[in-house]
Amino acid sequence: MLVILWTDGLIYLLVMLAVGFGLYAARHEHLRAPWRQVVRAPLALASLVVLGGYLTVGLLDTVHVRTNVAPEAGANATSPGGPILSLLDLWLTPLRERAEKTYSAPLATHGFVKEAIEQADGTVIRDYPRLTWGGRHLADPQRDRLADIAVRALLGVCAGLVCWALVVLGVLWLLARRRGMPLTATARDIAGGAGPIPWRTALATLGVMLTLAFAVAALAQVYHVLGTDKVGEDVLYQVLKGIRTGLVIGTVTTLVMLPAAILLGIMAGYFGGWVDDLIQYLYTTLNSIPGVLLIAAAILMLQIYMSNHEEAFTSLVERADLRLLFLCLILGVTSWTGLCRLLRGETLKLREADYVQAAAALGVGDFAILGRHILPNVLHIVLITVVLDFSGLVLAEAVLSYVNIGVDPTMNSWGNMINSARLELAREPMVWWSLAAAFVFMFALVLAANLFADAVRDAYDPRLRVGV
Amino acid sequence: MSAYIVRRLLYAVPILVGVNLITFVLFFVVNSPDDMARMQLGVKRVTPEAIRGWKAEHGYDLPLLYNAGAPGLGQVTQTIFFQKSVKLFAFDFGTSDSGRDIGYDISQRMWPSLAIAVPVLAVGLAVNISYALLIVLFRATYVDVGSVVLLVAMMSVSGLFYIIGGQYVLSKLFHLVPISGYDTGLQAWKFLVLPVVVGVIGGIGSGTRWYRTLFLEETTKDYVRTARAKGLGERLVLFRHVLGNALIPILTGVVVVLPLLFMGSLITESFFGIPGLGSYTIDAIDSQDFAIVRAMVFLGSVLYILGLLLTDISYTLVDPRVRLS
Repeated sequence: MLVILWTDGLIYLLVMLAVGFGLYAARHEHLRAPWRQVVRAPLALASLVVLGGYLTVGLLDTVHVRTNVAPEAGANATSPGGPILSLLDLWLTPLRERAEKTYSAPLATHGFVKEAIEQADGTVIRDYPRLTWGGRHLADPQRDRLADIAVRALLGVCAGLVCWALVVLGVLWLLARRRGMPLTATARDIAGGAGPIPWRTALATLGVMLTLAFAVAALAQVYHVLGTDKVGEDVLYQVLKGIRTGLVIGTVTTLVMLPAAILLGIMAGYFGGWVDDLIQYLYTTLNSIPGVLLIAAAILMLQIYMSNHEEAFTSLVERADLRLLFLCLILGVTSWTGLCRLLRGETLKLREADYVQAAAALGVGDFAILGRHILPNVLHIVLITVVLDFSGLVLAEAVLSYVNIGVDPTMNSWGNMINSARLELAREPMVWWSLAAAFVFMFALVLAANLFADAVRDAYDPRLRVGV
Repeated sequence: MSAYIVRRLLYAVPILVGVNLITFVLFFVVNSPDDMARMQLGVKRVTPEAIRGWKAEHGYDLPLLYNAGAPGLGQVTQTIFFQKSVKLFAFDFGTSDSGRDIGYDISQRMWPSLAIAVPVLAVGLAVNISYALLIVLFRATYVDVGSVVLLVAMMSVSGLFYIIGGQYVLSKLFHLVPISGYDTGLQAWKFLVLPVVVGVIGGIGSGTRWYRTLFLEETTKDYVRTARAKGLGERLVLFRHVLGNALIPILTGVVVVLPLLFMGSLITESFFGIPGLGSYTIDAIDSQDFAIVRAMVFLGSVLYILGLLLTDISYTLVDPRVRLS
């Protein structure tokens, strides 16, 4: 049974908006040209592929269903069923359920902490216990572990390569058909890096991602690839779940602030006078409250509200989801002022443009001018802001969760992972894998987003635009 | 000039009033003091007497806006709005929920914050500007491309990891400086080295990139072409003309953050155990001490507005075009 949480709904809306904008841009040359420039930059295209990978996981984690625990005869049909899980959860069920007792290193077969183990002859010794799940198929872990890992990883890599080859063939076939060239000639073109779009880079990036993913998947069947955390949960599972949280914070925040920022920004610039004064006063006031403190105050208030209205939240998932949505809202409140100011400035300039003057002289109403002549001409600023803000918001989530004013502590997020891992560094020997996993996943996402955003900005900023 | 400053000062008043109203609504209207008391005392099984006691103890037992029961002027002053919000304008922060004088705590704790924030700003500025000039000197070479890639990569690392990495490398691996803590007087220097180094390194990515863009934009201007055309060497053009003119946006960018240095950094201070205003705020958030959070929100806004004011004034000082119009 499909369940749509608040943030799910907003993500669906966002996907629809993105598709809509894509279709709109495809029919308008002035929007299409910059995108062509973006995909022709090798670095931007590679980033796009990486972002696509993250997006796939994030979307899989967005489709939530209520699982049916074996329905008892005569049970009330309206009572809530089992827990709410996402498609990703269902797909990763083995990872989710194979919990150990406590810490274990990546790919380990034995625990990380010594325990008292009762031997068969009744004596008790202190040693590292065998893990319940990690490498349980091995008869003699000391001897077989490395060989087993190597074989499985190799098989995974092979599967990844096969899958990649299929994708490459598909792309080649499509390209060859479009260009009206034989398959081999197209392949030679791409391998040589010819043509405007750097397909070679894109396919190479995809190849690396696919082989890595398949190798990890092959190992994850029987090991904890990134180890387990304090309560024995698989770190790989946590870090994959963190992707959705990061994406939601990065995108939904901008989505919720866009309407207000756009409307107020162009109204302030267009009407001037007291409207301008009022809107400027509004955003200066909001802007002068330090962002972190405003967020802290708002989250504290939310906590009070939630603890006083416990009955309103039926499940942990819904509760965490509402808090996430609220965090997006409050982050939006603290971050819309920049965009609003930019739009106001641009509209001030556009108001004097000949075509706006002409429209006004012809008797077109104010709001028609705003919608038809001003808005389409400031959209590039909106787009640049949206992509530039994304990486900053993902990083902000980690910091806020570290200060305990971020997402719900029960929610999987990179910030929460770092937060719970900070004490583990002081252990001897060190528990480094949670931190390392969060670091790598976050770094890859933010780096790709930054590179992509730079390319989008370069393509859309008229001051930097060349030869379009 | 003075008329200009007075006008700017007057303009700040309605903004502060707005901030004050927002905090009032956020802290007292969204959730009533009763809710707050229930939260502090534990939600389960709390008696009305206990709530009343907590409110009386912390001065929340007054009406929100209008006290009909009080005589004369007391109808306005004997309210939560006046006692808790209006008094902030006189920098009377009152006592925290744990009974300490907030004003005194702030005056004590701002010095450790400054001891970290000022060196981070100064050293960071020097490092970023020098690096950016170096990149611009070698623009469109491998130095430029490699540096930009490095800067974007550095920007993509969360600040938390700089702190964790710094603590690990400098303190745990090489035992150069203590991991965290603080000391009074000059003994504090060895506790300050690590936060300052981490702060500077963490800021290089975005800072240097920003200055690089600034300088590059400046080098396309006409006066630079003139300077080159009259035969000046590239180094002279860069260090005398470009740097000189780029100093205006740099200066105003620095002035706006100066007052906020008092507030310290939440993350740095809590990681390194520095008893500054940043960790003060974090502790308040953790223990849900609303009085402190409220005071810090107001203080932060005042400092921000002060920064804007200083920026305007510095503009009139360094840019003749602003002064004359």
